[in-house]
Amino acid sequence: MLNIEIDGKSIEVEHGSTIIDAADKVGIAIPRFCYHPKLSVAANCRMCLVQVEKFNKPLPACATPVADGMKIFTRSKSAIEAQQSVMEFLLINHPLDCPICDQGGECDLQDVAVAYGVSGSRYTEEKRVVFNKNIGPLVSTDMTRCIQCTRCVRFLKEVGGMQELGMIGRGEHAEITAYVDKSVNSELSGNIIDLCPVGALTSKPFRYSARSWELTRRPSIAAHDSLGSHIEVHVKDNKVMRVLPREKESINECWLSDRDRFSYEGLNSPDRLKVPMIKHNGAWVETDWKTALEFAAGQLKDITNEHGGEALGVLVSPNSTMEEGFLAKKLANGLACGNVDYRLRQTDFRLDGKRLGTPWMGCNIHEIEELDRIIVIGSNLRNEHPLLAQRFRRAVANGAELSVVSPLDNDPLMDIAHKVIVRPNDMVNVLGQILKAMSGLQRLSLCLPPSLTALLDDIKVRPNTQAIAESLAGHGKDYDLIAPKVGIFLGNMALSDPRFTEMYSMAEAIGGITGAKGGILPAAANSTGMHMMGVMPSSTGMHARAMLEIPRKAYLLLNIEPELDCQHAALAKAAMEKAECVVALTTYKSQALDNADILLPITPFTETSGTFMSMEGRVQSFAAAVRPLGESRPAWKVLRVLANTLGLAGFDFESSEQVKDAIFAGEKPSAVVWRSLNNNLRELVEIQVNIKHDGLQRIGEVPQYESDPIVRRSPPLQKTKYNIKPMARMCSRQLAALDLVEGDHVLVKQDKGSAVLTVRLDDHVAMGCVRVAAAHEATIGLGELMGDITVEKLSPQQLLDINKNITEARA
Amino acid sequence: MLSPEATTKIDYELTKYPADQRQAAVMSALRIVQTERGWLSKESITEVAQYLGMPEIAAMEVATFYNMYDLSPVGKYKVTICTNISCMLRGSDEIVSHLQNKLGVGFNEVTSDGKFCLKEGECMGCCGGAPLMHVNNTEMHEFLTTDKVDAIIEGLK
Repeated sequence: MLNIEIDGKSIEVEHGSTIIDAADKVGIAIPRFCYHPKLSVAANCRMCLVQVEKFNKPLPACATPVADGMKIFTRSKSAIEAQQSVMEFLLINHPLDCPICDQGGECDLQDVAVAYGVSGSRYTEEKRVVFNKNIGPLVSTDMTRCIQCTRCVRFLKEVGGMQELGMIGRGEHAEITAYVDKSVNSELSGNIIDLCPVGALTSKPFRYSARSWELTRRPSIAAHDSLGSHIEVHVKDNKVMRVLPREKESINECWLSDRDRFSYEGLNSPDRLKVPMIKHNGAWVETDWKTALEFAAGQLKDITNEHGGEALGVLVSPNSTMEEGFLAKKLANGLACGNVDYRLRQTDFRLDGKRLGTPWMGCNIHEIEELDRIIVIGSNLRNEHPLLAQRFRRAVANGAELSVVSPLDNDPLMDIAHKVIVRPNDMVNVLGQILKAMSGLQRLSLCLPPSLTALLDDIKVRPNTQAIAESLAGHGKDYDLIAPKVGIFLGNMALSDPRFTEMYSMAEAIGGITGAKGGILPAAANSTGMHMMGVMPSSTGMHARAMLEIPRKAYLLLNIEPELDCQHAALAKAAMEKAECVVALTTYKSQALDNADILLPITPFTETSGTFMSMEGRVQSFAAAVRPLGESRPAWKVLRVLANTLGLAGFDFESSEQVKDAIFAGEKPSAVVWRSLNNNLRELVEIQVNIKHDGLQRIGEVPQYESDPIVRRSPPLQKTKYNIKPMARMCSRQLAALDLVEGDHVLVKQDKGSAVLTVRLDDHVAMGCVRVAAAHEATIGLGELMGDITVEKLSPQQLLDINKNITEARA
Repeated sequence: MLSPEATTKIDYELTKYPADQRQAAVMSALRIVQTERGWLSKESITEVAQYLGMPEIAAMEVATFYNMYDLSPVGKYKVTICTNISCMLRGSDEIVSHLQNKLGVGFNEVTSDGKFCLKEGECMGCCGGAPLMHVNNTEMHEFLTTDKVDAIIEGLK
């Protein structure tokens, strides 16, 4: 520790810290623009100049390490002179357009100019002008305002993983730009808006819609992935104007993914359902709540009385709050119905009843950075968990070795030490190879259950899996570790795979040998919470897939769009069409109008109080940020009143807090969570390692901006380059094998459904696979996300015929 | 596509740096490609960036920072005359106007036959020999007089 003195205050600081760190620690303000604690030090704005004893000129506080006995003066004559001069220089070329600048009121330059600048400028010459760049639909630029702090450049390079912006030219001609006419495509790009200390980078969707002092700030929790990012919802006139991150070091630090930042644009979509609606003789009529609820209750009651509780199927969105999930399950059970499930995109349910607890990510979010060896199985990290991927990136930058087993070879923008890109069906075998290779390693003399040992006999270990095994065991490319901290994670593609159970069991065995932390990376905001509350079928009930395969007479849908949110779109559509009665609790109407019979308008997460449980088991409650739109009501209230109307007992909740208390039985949530989270299995499931699969397999990835109903309706997110019409993407070898070229039209078929798609060359896809994005209108005729698929080339004539048929059918 | 000669030269430059830091050779690589093609188009910068495995914009930053990289076509011979204080005191203005009259172009312009381009240069660090000029960044001429400049230009034709 070093003893230093700042402005007469003596403090003790650690070796290697800088003056600005020390000053921040004791709360002495030093103005700064380019310095940011999460980014590398550039020291190019010079705003943080301070006087240091024995130095004859001012030093930048952000780039000067402290030395023992240093005496620092931040408000001495020399320091103030330096600050005023720097301020004067910075303002030379800065336009005086604060009245029309979106940053006005929350601008670092304004604040610092008032606090540290002088009242006038001596500069009378012409100011420079820099042309604006179009860097995409999310970030708007006014480059004349830029003060060249390069925070945005450093963020995209260091946190985003890809330098998409740079400073070209120098001196007076320096300007920030993307390469030629490229846009910034990072899935974390919105953070450069927060980082920009001036109004050069502002939010495009929010532009000119409100001033920062008119906004009320309400804390909330992000609702689109399971990270549980803390957000701040900015509200004006009962309307959500924008969403910003709320600092939470252990979860989202000070960042936010674009999905969580810009999804709010979907909240006020014209597609919002504002009043209850009932289908009457095939026509939709708007009605009041009482009629709608009584009608829904009557229908549900009639069907369950006549055909028994199992005639009903309850499908719950994993993005719904814990309160909503709990009430949906309670309501189903009240109707003697065990068919409840939230695992809409899962295919393989063989683990049901074999788990010892709720599966979770197996460690704390910030611990990822401390791992030495990581293996990620079946996950396109940047697509599924945009912000979590950044933690992995940091781990790799810290020296961790990352191994990937996946059907997709998309660049995670970090160094991959080893990878195996195979068709999903072969992933079990690959994991078996890794396990076998490990069992052959000296240090891991292991006792596997006899069943597994026998299984591994048939497996032939290949060099790349041997390398992964050695990496996980501690042998490294650069240096060896005796006891590496290992992390093992399964992503969305593994979760929706028909052989998820086997992958999971293998991963568990590998984890057991290496002493790894880890588990699954659940897809949705409340997947973990839903599992913990048991929003799953009873022992006799049907799981999400069975409910669609064997159509039910009635369905209760909570916050889902069956064709887009279920793993088997065609099956979901057919089941909804066949059902006598579909009661949809929904925020939006377009999809529901086609599928349902009764629409009950519920509110999105900004208009209700509730609780999400994140992937690390953190239970986070939030309050409503705005009042419900129109006649819509929070889903927990709707479920409660529906249960009352049905005459079910035990639904006397007055507030969502009471529901929460019921969920945790009055205990402290963390205590319940502590008992529940467990990734271990009671018993191993029959694993087969040598299943041959010759046909093509679909990789039905859910694109990140199609993941849930709100995101799908956010225009700025839909304008990004990630919104591409689904295509049949295959690697060049596969195209050659099928005699196809890019641009061909093909008919892809799954089960009975089909879709006409364009062929696209995508060498990130494993051989034997066709990547066809899910959750899109173009592919709702298709089946399982990771199921079998066939591809047929269409001649121009056939294509014409099909298009003609479609046009006729529409007419 | 980079020519095989260019890649050979860049590969040689790469041997001077650690294998995992290919970006370190960006200045040499840009120079090699510029020598071969006369100037650096956006496509050329992209090719260099891709060859070195670095972001395109990072190569662009380097190419725009140093003024010896030409981002627009220059003639076969780029004549750069220093106009900084030492050269100015030794009569560079006279040399400049003489050259402009002789070639019929101003600064940053190319003669109609595509042979010569005049550039205004900053201090070349050799003030003892003022006034100075560079030809194609590599050839320096000292103690210039109008006669000497004529001779140099004739020699280039």
